[in-house]
Amino acid sequence: MNAPAGKPSARTLDPLDRLVVVATQAGLPLSPRPYLSVAEQIGSTEEEVLARVRRMLADGVIRRIGAVPNHYALGYRANGMSVWDVPDARAGELGRRVGALAFVTHCYRRPRHPPLWPYNLFAMVHGKSRDEVEEKVREIAALLGPDDIGHDVLYSTRVLKKTGLRIADKEEKPCSA
Amino acid sequence: MDALDRRIVNGLQGGLPVAARPYAEAAAKLGVSEAELIERLQRLLDERTLSRFGPMYDAERMGGALTLAAMAVPDDRFEEVAGIVNGFAEVAHNYARSHPLNMWFVVGAAERGRIGEVLAEIEAATGLPVLDLPKQEEFFLDLRLEA
Repeated sequence: MNAPAGKPSARTLDPLDRLVVVATQAGLPLSPRPYLSVAEQIGSTEEEVLARVRRMLADGVIRRIGAVPNHYALGYRANGMSVWDVPDARAGELGRRVGALAFVTHCYRRPRHPPLWPYNLFAMVHGKSRDEVEEKVREIAALLGPDDIGHDVLYSTRVLKKTGLRIADKEEKPCSA
Repeated sequence: MDALDRRIVNGLQGGLPVAARPYAEAAAKLGVSEAELIERLQRLLDERTLSRFGPMYDAERMGGALTLAAMAVPDDRFEEVAGIVNGFAEVAHNYARSHPLNMWFVVGAAERGRIGEVLAEIEAATGLPVLDLPKQEEFFLDLRLEA
């Protein structure tokens, strides 16, 4: 259950939406009626919380509700950020084709910063080993053919911080890590 | 992880139904009891096989802003600079990567303007340039990994 395609248009969350976000962003309660637990916590009703969650899911504020695997625990120890220099005029079409590959978990077009950073397409590739990641990167290169002007793969060597994005429960500082 | 754990991890990445008893509905599809599904999810979280279970929010659709930033940090200053960057509450993730641009972090804030301020403050505090690489287009985002 993913967000609808197209350009995100932000919408303003009202105070009750924000309470639902704050109560569930670290996780949904693991109780038989989790939305009742949330409702009790924020002083609302189960029906109201369910209605808010349905609406946020429908308009893409919630991408999906479910399990987020720890990719290291699943054996995906090699995580390669593959970066590509492709012709700007073709970046949209090529991005869609790369993004559709099953082993690409995120794919974005981002600005170049030449000469230090010539790449404009990012595709995150997860594999059980670096060899597996390299094999998948070769598949992307084959798909791009002559549109692959240059590419590189950056492996993460250390997690320096991982708190995730959080909105705070204070109105004056609504988004802190 | 046994076979049922794998079915749970694979089956529940796509979406838990929005219902008063969502675990009961998901459990019925998986052929287990509601209580067993809840117990297994708790264990998968405790064991850190799952890093989270619940709604995935899109910060930008909530009106917030994000960017990816990169820096080339001299080796002898790496820990010092990591400390400065991580000290900003707006920095959500920070990874060391194998490249001359060796520090990559995500900055999130309630307003777009704050992103630029944070990057400028990091440049001032470290004396190093920060590359701002905001996403211009998103092609697919579905972090599903087979267990």
